[in-house]
Amino acid sequence: MNKYTERLYNGIIKENPTFVLMLGMCPTLAVTTGAMNGLGMGLSTTVVLVFANLLISLFRKVIPDGVRMPAFIVIVASLVTMVEFIMKAYTPALALQLGVYIPLIVVNCIILGRAESYASKNPVVPSIFDGIGMGLGFTFGLTCIGIIREILGAGQIFGVQILSLDWFTPITIFVMAPGAFLVLAFLVAIMNIVREKMEAKGKPLAAPSGCLTGDCASCGQSALCTGKKSE
Amino acid sequence: MKTLLLIAIGSAIVNNVVLSQFLGICPFLGVSKKTETAAGMGGAVIFVIGIASFVTSLIYKFILTPTDTQYLQTIVFILVIAALVQFVEMFLKKSIPSLYQSLGVYLPLITTNCAVLGVALTNVTKEYGILESVINGLATAAGFFIAICIMAGIREKIEYNDIPKPFQGTAIVLITACLMSIAFMGFSGMI
Repeated sequence: MNKYTERLYNGIIKENPTFVLMLGMCPTLAVTTGAMNGLGMGLSTTVVLVFANLLISLFRKVIPDGVRMPAFIVIVASLVTMVEFIMKAYTPALALQLGVYIPLIVVNCIILGRAESYASKNPVVPSIFDGIGMGLGFTFGLTCIGIIREILGAGQIFGVQILSLDWFTPITIFVMAPGAFLVLAFLVAIMNIVREKMEAKGKPLAAPSGCLTGDCASCGQSALCTGKKSE
Repeated sequence: MKTLLLIAIGSAIVNNVVLSQFLGICPFLGVSKKTETAAGMGGAVIFVIGIASFVTSLIYKFILTPTDTQYLQTIVFILVIAALVQFVEMFLKKSIPSLYQSLGVYLPLITTNCAVLGVALTNVTKEYGILESVINGLATAAGFFIAICIMAGIREKIEYNDIPKPFQGTAIVLITACLMSIAFMGFSGMI
């Protein structure tokens, strides 16, 4: 396996941002009311991630270390603004559905996390592949959660009725706010079991980082944050 | 007056920022282990969002709108918020040490909290004026304070319970959040 396919494999399977690293939980909870929304959010994040990695890797030797984070944020925020306008122009219905969560891609910890831990230290082409891998991994995660919630909550997948309403009563709560927390809770529990199994086999998974662990050390934004762990 | 009250109740309780809009999940899960730290975090969020929504709506009204550069809002807001938090931290440290003691450690954690940027952007989308923006900001932050304090109270009790192994840690906290969210859905008919 050469180093580019290794990056893709790493992002999609080995360090999948949703299932393994548990990053970017705000959009994961908020936009996965249906498979289509999850896919749209995932792909727009992928676009931002790829171009952010490209630009940051390109300028990594020019950006002084002291203003690294503000520089990254400006790059990411500009890209997000562009993606927002493109979506408003070409997919207005989806843009309306995702609403404020599109500009909030700026504060998605996956993007700044990858910028900080990969793109700012590696050459351009591997960084692009890292962005594609991570982005597709995130898209895959969001779409899976979206499908689960949509099928339980409405009996549909991508808006197509799969379970006939004659015998299936949709559990509407799954497409509402509490359903997001419930699905994620079960996902975390299942991943805990998988993690334990893999460890017993001697192939431990990468540790989760970011919000869900409440652990600052692994957070992508720890460079920006001077408070660190408060407890 | 009536509109302001409706905005306040709507943002604080009916559309709770954590439980129905999923903003600020990170501190909600991360710093809700003890009631005191949760209250400190909640206080700091109220403080920062209050100031941030005032400043961002000022900037939007008097700089971005006259120069026709509203499309820069995301970039401008995130930089303003990051700078503002640093500035507030320095100011508190110098002039009000007692407040800094209780809120200071939480301030840097809020810089990239999506709730702050989320409120600033919502204020623009809903075309709120400056007063409405500040009220909306404070109410949203109050909603965060309520949610994180309830969560911390429940978590202190959960600690002594016998929880199935896979659910220990984050999973049970998310289940708790789910139940809280169902409870808060009960307010949805209010306005």
